[in-house]
Formats: sequence, C-alpha cells, structure tokens
Amino acid sequence: MSIKIKDVIHKESPMTQGHRMCPGCGAPTAVHQGLMGIDHPLVVINATGCLEVSTTVYPFSAWRVPWIHTAFENAGAGAAGVEAAYQALKKKGKIDKEIKFVAFGGDGGTYDIGLQSLSGALERGHDFTYICYNNQGYMNTGAQRSSATPKGANATTSPAGSVIPGKLQKPKDLTSIAAAHHIPYVAQTTLHNYMDVASKVKKAIETPGPAFVNILVPCVLFWRIDPALQGDICKKAADTRFWPIYEVIDGEWKLSYKPKKRVPVEEFLKPQGRYSHLFKGERSKALLEQAQADVEKDWEYILDRCGETWEPAE
Amino acid sequence: MPRKEITSGNWAFAEAMRQIDPDVVAAYPITPSTDIIMKFAEFVADGKVETNFVTVESEHSAITACVTASAAGARVMTASSANGVALMHEIFPIAGCFRTPIVFGLVNRSVGAPINIHCDHSDSMAQRDYGWIHLYCEDAQEAYDSAIMAVRLSENDDILTPVFVCQDGFITSHGFEPVEYMDDDTVKTFVGERQAVNALLDVDNPVSYGSFAMSEYYFEIKRQQIEAHKKALELYEGIAREFESISGRYYPMIDCYRTEDAEHVIVVMSSASGAVKDVVDEMRDKGHKVGCLRIRMFRPFPVKAVAAALKGKKAVAVLDRCLSIGGTAPLVAEIRSALYGAGETIPVNSCIYGLGGRDFFPQYAEDIFMDLINGINTPEERYIGLLE
Repeated sequence: MSIKIKDVIHKESPMTQGHRMCPGCGAPTAVHQGLMGIDHPLVVINATGCLEVSTTVYPFSAWRVPWIHTAFENAGAGAAGVEAAYQALKKKGKIDKEIKFVAFGGDGGTYDIGLQSLSGALERGHDFTYICYNNQGYMNTGAQRSSATPKGANATTSPAGSVIPGKLQKPKDLTSIAAAHHIPYVAQTTLHNYMDVASKVKKAIETPGPAFVNILVPCVLFWRIDPALQGDICKKAADTRFWPIYEVIDGEWKLSYKPKKRVPVEEFLKPQGRYSHLFKGERSKALLEQAQADVEKDWEYILDRCGETWEPAE
Repeated sequence: MPRKEITSGNWAFAEAMRQIDPDVVAAYPITPSTDIIMKFAEFVADGKVETNFVTVESEHSAITACVTASAAGARVMTASSANGVALMHEIFPIAGCFRTPIVFGLVNRSVGAPINIHCDHSDSMAQRDYGWIHLYCEDAQEAYDSAIMAVRLSENDDILTPVFVCQDGFITSHGFEPVEYMDDDTVKTFVGERQAVNALLDVDNPVSYGSFAMSEYYFEIKRQQIEAHKKALELYEGIAREFESISGRYYPMIDCYRTEDAEHVIVVMSSASGAVKDVVDEMRDKGHKVGCLRIRMFRPFPVKAVAAALKGKKAVAVLDRCLSIGGTAPLVAEIRSALYGAGETIPVNSCIYGLGGRDFFPQYAEDIFMDLINGINTPEERYIGLLE
C-alpha cells in the first residue's frame, strides 16, 4: 500500500480547485492529501458542514466523483445505503467495477449528532471509510462548541468570559470509541505530513470492511490563525503530543510518530486566537499547567495502548 | 397461478416484497409494522430473496440508507410506523426532492403522547407535504396489490417519487383475511428491473446529490416536484389498468361506493370504509340514498375527481382519523378546498374518529348519515365515539 510521490503528483484530485472553502482551511487539504493515493473509482458521502456547503453551491459542484449529501447526522447511514446498493447490484452482475466509498463529516457531524449513525455503520461492517475532518467545533455555523472542542478553547457557546475560561470539559476520545468497535482499521492523524495522511487513508480505503480516520484540521477563521500556518499548526499539534498520531490495525495499536523532544503544549496553543485568554491574567499559569497535565495523561494512555515508552531528548 | 391465503396485512405486504425482491431493504423494527420486517428477514435467511437487507440502528438511518441506496440505482423498500415515521421526518423531503423511488409500507399508528400502539393516521398525515405519493389501503389485499403497483408508480421516469403504501395498524396489519397472491413470475414481469437515471454508482458519469441551493434556485427545484405529482395524477390510471389486466383488481384513485345517485355521502380513508360501505348497503335497503367515498390517493390529491364525485350532493361528512389541533383536520380540509374550487357550497361536516385505535362501529356511520339526512350540519368539528 505504499505511495510514491512521483505516481500521485500529477493525478487529478477527486475535488477540484475553485470551491468556496476559506483560504488556509484544513478540510480540503485533508480531502486532497487523503485521496491522492487512491486508484479505485470513489463515491463520496458528505455530512452537512463546511465541506458540503462550500463544494456544491448549486449549480456548481467541485466533485469529479459521484457525491451525495442528505443531512447532518447520517453520513454513516448514507454510506451504508450506497454500499449496500453496490453490493446488491454487483452480486446481480449489474456493476463490475471495484468502487470504494468514503464519507466525510466534520467533528460536529461525527462526534456529536452523527455518532449513532456512524456507530451503526461500523458495527454492521459495511466496506467503507469514514473520515472525520476534525476542526474542533461547529465552524460552519460560527464556532459553537462540540464534544471535540478542547478544554480551554474559546467557542461561541462556551465563550471565555470573566468567570469561565472557555470550554470546561475535555474532548471525547472518538478515535478510541471507533477502535472499540473492533473494526479492521482506525487511525488518527493531522496535516503534519502529507505522506502520513495519504498512506493512512489509503490503508483505510483498501482494507476490506469499515475504517475510521480522524484527521485534525485547522479552521483558520475560528482557531484564529494566520492562513499560511496550516501545516505549521498541525506539526505543532503532533510535536506537542496534543494530537497523537497512531493507527489501530485489527486491534493492534501502533504509534506512528514519536516527537524527539518534549515540546510544551503552549507552542500549539499560543499562535491560536481561540486560546489567547489562557495567556493573560492571574489564572494563566494554572490553566496552562492544567493543559500540559492533560496532554501528559492522554499521551500515557496512548503509549500504554501502543505498548511504547517515550524518552525525549532533553 | 394465483393462490389464496388467509393472512394479515403485514404478511401480505411482506409477500409482495418477496416477489418484488428489491435490491436493498434498510429497516428498523417498530410496532405495528415490525411483522413486515420480521417476515422479510425470514425470506432473507431462507434465501428466498437476493436483497441486501440492512438492519440499521434507527429509523433515521433506515430512511437515509433507503435514499442513498435508491440514489445509487437500487430498487429499495422499507416499512415503519408512528414514532419511527416521525423520526424519519427530516429525511422524507430529501427523498422527495432527490426524486429517489422508494416503496414504503407505512402501517398507520398514533404518535404519542400518550404512547399508544394502535391505529390513527397522525403519523403519515404529518408527512403529507414532503413530496411523497400517499396511497391508503382498505384491506390486506389492497396493501399487497398496492406494494406491487407502487414500484411502477415510484420508478416511472416521469414521476420518480417515493410512495407510502399505508394500511391501518392492527386492524389491517394484524387482522387475518383472505388475500389472493399472484404468481411470482407475473409480479416480476409487472415490476421489471429498475432502470435508474442519474445513478450515483455510474462512476463514469459522476453526479452530485444534495447540493446547496439558495434562493436563486430552490423554488424552481420545488416546482419540478409539483410537476412530478401532476404526472403521477395523469399516469396513475394507466398503471392501475395495467395492474387490473394481470390481477383482475382495479384500484381507482378514489373509490366511489354507491355515490353516483347518493344525496348524502361519507368520505373516509382506509379500513373504516368497510364499515361505512356495509352501512350504506343497509340504509340503501331502507330507501336512503347514501354513499361512501373512499380516498385512496391522498397525495397527489385528486381534486377534480373528488369534486366531480361530490358535486350536487345535499351534504357530506368527512371522517378524519387524525387531528390538526387548533386547525382543520387534513382530509376535511382537502375536501372543502376541492369543493370550493369547483364552486360547490354544500355542507361539509368534519368528524374526528378512531384516534389511538378507538373502535369505529357501524352504528356511528349510521348516526352520521341520519344527521346528514335530517339536515343537522355544523361547521364545528365533531368527535365520534369520544366519551365526554
């Protein structure tokens, strides 16, 4: 399943340029990087969200491949229906191509309102890949908090106020929840390394049965970052271990990336306007210490699941 | 050769599903439609169908998977009731607008609260404005026949609209009665193979379903659905006559029972029409000129046919098994509108009956007819069989 860059560099992405996503948005990058190594014909299923509204403004469509969107909370079931039709028509000899099915949903449509539909589709074993492009909030509707929004982030329904310092709860660990379905392939990555994204999605798609990939992508507008920093901020998410990069292949957890040095989480938080309140005022030190402690605890969990130890260079 | 069985409305619908052998059935159990799905599951388990049977985790996912499977190019069926239908509500207009053919066995049941498993039409009536064809069946035979007819109606290139085949929960779905089944080959020849247009799985000709269309385009797209419903009204008769040629059974959009020379008519839907028709016969024997108009096709509503059937009557009573609380019940609103449009000003009385499975006795129909005959008309909604 290896990908050679010379083989993919001139390939057309299933999604064209000229869509209406914001400059610097991570979602289209996740689509391009994730699907660049795929040789099979694809059908894309899309949950309601930024990617959906911005790529199909009627009468235009940015999709070169068949694409369907029904609603917000049902991309898992939508994929299940298309895949079920494919299996039925293939069995009857009405289709002979090897078609693959990829669903895209944001974190709102995946962690929250679409979790049941996703869980059902994973449990039933449909041969499809679900990619969560996770920008940690309901960005399409103006940065409301989701269960993927990090603790301490300023979101419009958990704003940083004079009393409450942004969202109080840690995000749900959806990648582990997906892995608990004991499906053949689960991965978590970010746009830190395009070959990592491409190879994980390729594995997900080419593995028979259901697969889930959780890709952390920046929302430049509501993370309040410089649009030029898309790759940098994702690299920092990986290097600070805020967003561990790993995969779970047939139940076996494998860490994909071990940072060489211990980089404080502040380096990921500081460039983002959504965390600016953490760097001001008398509670700043305590809040940042808590953020670092949360990273360490979550990292220990991942190391333990992967049977790894970590000895950073001092 | 046709064969007769004593069976229920649910099993008759399931038998039609076996004979149709759809590509995909995505379904979730809910009383009283569950029997359809359980019986069909047996057909799957015994290899009697080739269907890909998707046992989803909710009704919302059931209808979603039906829509996307149909968009993919598959022939699709499902069944549900009551709260399940309510949970699907969000997806029904999407199915209608995508023009995705689906044949849906809707076993009518009240929508709580209070939670109640028995029949009324509040589940399907709440979906009446979402671009589906609605057929209401009087008995198990009609439910079986309509499932087969609905495939042709739904998949017709000029219609391409999903169809609800409604039957009354428990009364029809669980009552046992004789049903004549056609042989498998006759059914398979009648329904044919689906010839999908704009199929999602045609990867060489990619299409996008479910785009974002703002005020510049939305209205025109809805207009196309209106045209499809008009086509359904036009083309229904041909499909019904073709079905008659293979089955010997003819189902017009409206079922006019001794209405032609009637002076007083009860308008009703589904199973209660059986009781009304019996009362019509008894009262005719006593010299009363009464009739029963059963509305089989509620969407698209056959306005002209209804107005023609009721033109010149002295008075009409419309029986709704559904409320529009604080407004006018769905069927009577349609009847009044159809008559007003035709310049008819006869009294149209509104009677609510049978909510939550409350029995509808023949005596009630007789009492309603006697009020009509005695000139007791009222613009107020009346409640039949209500304890006050």
